[in-house]
Amino acid sequence: MALEVLIVDDSSAIRKILVRVLSQTNLPIAQIHEASDGVEALRLLESGNIGLIMSDINMPNMDGLQLLTAVRGNPAWKHLPVIMITTEGSQAKVLEAVELGATGYVRKPFTPEEIKAKIESCFSGTVG
Amino acid sequence: MPQLILQTDVASLVIENTKKVFSVMLHTDVSHHPAIIFDDPRGPEGDVVSLVGFVGQWTGTGSVCCNSKVARKISGLMLLTEFDDVNEEVLDAIGEVTNMIIGNLKDALEPALGQLGLSTPTVIHGEHLRARNLNGERWTTISFDCVGGILDVKVSLRPSGSP
Repeated sequence: MALEVLIVDDSSAIRKILVRVLSQTNLPIAQIHEASDGVEALRLLESGNIGLIMSDINMPNMDGLQLLTAVRGNPAWKHLPVIMITTEGSQAKVLEAVELGATGYVRKPFTPEEIKAKIESCFSGTVG
Repeated sequence: MPQLILQTDVASLVIENTKKVFSVMLHTDVSHHPAIIFDDPRGPEGDVVSLVGFVGQWTGTGSVCCNSKVARKISGLMLLTEFDDVNEEVLDAIGEVTNMIIGNLKDALEPALGQLGLSTPTVIHGEHLRARNLNGERWTTISFDCVGGILDVKVSLRPSGSP
């Protein structure tokens, strides 16, 4: 089944890079949606058939952790893979994201290989 | 003693993080000039100036600044395209470079300085811009040779509430 991916980041540069990385994976990607904050992401989640979320943490309006909380609080999205991609690398922030239900965590700057490996681990059951 | 940690480590952390960001995200190497440690009264200067603020037990500013040509080249390497002008995409890319360099610095400093918050970047473009703090802070400045020009990374940090 083809996958719809939602990229959430207030930086259009990072969104472009992630779209490029996703296009280089072997995943059967049907569509890539982009949102610049959590509010826009929730709107897209409600209207689409998203199978993977890749989200920044520090964003205006609704940040990545608030988005993660909203996603995990909705029965329809409870088991959706959510990868946090952020400069926030402190142990406390990573733990907070994991406790809120993040499936994976990647720090910026990142290599395409790190992103690909994290996505593949989401769909193979090996997460972290 | 946080002050000692700052004086000895901020510059080396900035150098390490900047080299990493350029290597990983832009696939290019940068070389640095000797750091001016807490002795530079000049604030950020350039055609493109990107600023983020630190808040917490320590407050201050992190900055990345360069001329328009360097900003266009950095953004081009990051997004695999060429830019003729400093447009919104260029400003966004420079903001993200700032976010990564200063964000990783913040994480590295937190064990010594306590939890710090970081604002989202503000990036401005003009001709020969100069930014100044009104409270007389001095800056740690590291200049990098990159993409045929100079990129300055500047950091100013002080304990909250200090005179």
